[in-house]
Amino acid sequence: MLRYVTNRIMQMAISLFVVITVVYFLFRIIPGDPTSAYIDAGFTVEARQMVIERFGLDKPLNIQYWQYMKNIFRGDFGNSFYYRLPASEVVGDKIINTLILMVPAYLLAYIFGSLAGAFLSRKRGTKTENITTAIVLALRSAPVFWTGMLGIMLFSYRLGWLPNSGMRTPGYIEGSLFLSKFVNLDFLRHLTLPLLILSLNAIAIPLLLMRNTMIETFGEDYIDFCRAKGLPEWQILLKHNCRNALLPVITSAALAIGTAIGGQIIIEYIFGWPGLGREIVYATQRSDYPVAQFGLLLLAGSVMIMNLIADIFYAFLDPRIRIQ
Amino acid sequence: MLFLIPEYVFNKIERENVRKMRRTVRNKIVKIIRNIRNRKIISNSETDQRQYVSTYSLFFNILRKDKFALVGICIIIFFLSVGILGEKIAPFSPQQINRDEQGKILTLSPPTLKHPFGTTNMGRDVLSMTIVGTRVALVVGIIAAFSVTIIGTTFGLLSGYYGGWIDLIIMRVVDILYGIPLMPSVLVLIALLGANIWNFIIVVTLIAWRGTARIIRSQVLSLRERPFVKAAKVTGASDKRILFIHILPNVIPLVFLQMTLTIAWVIITEASISFIGFGDPQAISWGQVLHMAFLTGSARVAWWWIIPPGFAIMSLCLGIYFFSRTFEAVVNPRLREL
Repeated sequence: MLRYVTNRIMQMAISLFVVITVVYFLFRIIPGDPTSAYIDAGFTVEARQMVIERFGLDKPLNIQYWQYMKNIFRGDFGNSFYYRLPASEVVGDKIINTLILMVPAYLLAYIFGSLAGAFLSRKRGTKTENITTAIVLALRSAPVFWTGMLGIMLFSYRLGWLPNSGMRTPGYIEGSLFLSKFVNLDFLRHLTLPLLILSLNAIAIPLLLMRNTMIETFGEDYIDFCRAKGLPEWQILLKHNCRNALLPVITSAALAIGTAIGGQIIIEYIFGWPGLGREIVYATQRSDYPVAQFGLLLLAGSVMIMNLIADIFYAFLDPRIRIQ
Repeated sequence: MLFLIPEYVFNKIERENVRKMRRTVRNKIVKIIRNIRNRKIISNSETDQRQYVSTYSLFFNILRKDKFALVGICIIIFFLSVGILGEKIAPFSPQQINRDEQGKILTLSPPTLKHPFGTTNMGRDVLSMTIVGTRVALVVGIIAAFSVTIIGTTFGLLSGYYGGWIDLIIMRVVDILYGIPLMPSVLVLIALLGANIWNFIIVVTLIAWRGTARIIRSQVLSLRERPFVKAAKVTGASDKRILFIHILPNVIPLVFLQMTLTIAWVIITEASISFIGFGDPQAISWGQVLHMAFLTGSARVAWWWIIPPGFAIMSLCLGIYFFSRTFEAVVNPRLREL
């Protein structure tokens, strides 16, 4: 087990290194030099030269790359062109905002999704199954930005129940403590709509996955054995069928949260949620490359860590994997 | 009489006989393999009642029984024909600024008989924009999904069949690609390379083949150990022959399943990227129509501007998902209706 884990961590370190390198060279193939976003058209040639020298852009590429890697190890990801602040500072605050939206949304989707999936696996070929599958697939097919817009249109503009954008009402005095910051009515009102839209979109995967694995494990020999033993049906369902069917669902949950941290930039954009994804969208729109670069690296890191957790968890639950 | 024949001639005859025998045995085995290959085991070993049905008739049987799949096909055919006809059936040019009788621009006009889905803030006809936008969604979805599937399947086959260092390298690359967050990377790459359809297709293909490769690989790993592949190896079939004639036909349903899911996924991703404002400025796509609605703040009043393009995305993807259920049932016998 320990060997498996260290192996996986080594793999992750190598992957991370490759991603950092690729991202670096990616941002260097931009047409024009990186300073074009920084320098005004009104700059004199000397001022321009000064900026280029200050960023070290006059040196050869391999020395620049070496410098960049050294800076990353020091935790220095460059300064934002737009905010004129270190990129890590700009992005750092946003992560917690993203997590506070994504984690509850996905937990909600996975809990309700797997329950409904287990329930559905017993309703094969009935009307209930057909209708639920159709609804769930429709929710999955509807793009988040569209359902989000419809939600805003209905609940914010027509009914006026929920705010349409942001995380707090402007001018709202927030407490400095974590709890008073995130557990209050104003924040919860802002959270409701994006949370619901996101979980409704995400619910299809756990539901269908749970249904399929339930049906699959239902045909296994040990279920027949439990029947032969004369166990009551509900006990077989909960203790033997569900537990084994949950395995792939849990792994997919870990992966989904990993990708959700970065994948759901759309929902943050449409609801004006001050998270990591929205910051990346803004940074790309403003050609603020250091922020976009750091955001991308951060997301890559978090996706990799979630993948690692999923793998270790899976190996822990299923011994066949770690023996290989 | 035997002793009259010199030894070397005798050896020659014997060798010839052995060769003949080998050839007949080999032909027999090849025939058996061909029979196994042309049929497919549909019931799993647990249920002990083996029936042999070809994959194609299985596919059509499931298709005929599943009403969802039928609905899906109808939806797909509808969108395909709208996409092909495009401008010909759109009542107005999507770029045309429409005016009323007095010559005033029809800004944000609610649905009327002349403009069934109303107009935008620039007086453009929403129905025409939605119709013309179909083509971009279909072209991007199909081309990107096709290239993703081809690349993913090829690497999955090679990786699963050969194993060893080929597998190691391909799987490490796949692992690295899995560490890349998809939407933000596509967004940043599109912003760097320039926003147009082809860049989008290239970027999506470069990242998204990882999933297909991993799934095809795991299928090939289990196929490699099946008796018919081993039998083919014994008779001396080349790797190329085993891969393309024995293994590939068995992963085809899975490949199609992956492809349909990828088409739906690409269509949604393209719409999302256009919605943020990195769509091809030359083309009119559904995401872009919504981008304009969101940017101008028209969501407050103009429900007719928002509902049609989003509904089109939803129904097209729903049709594709319904259709893909057929492939899913072919791939996974336990999901078939009893």
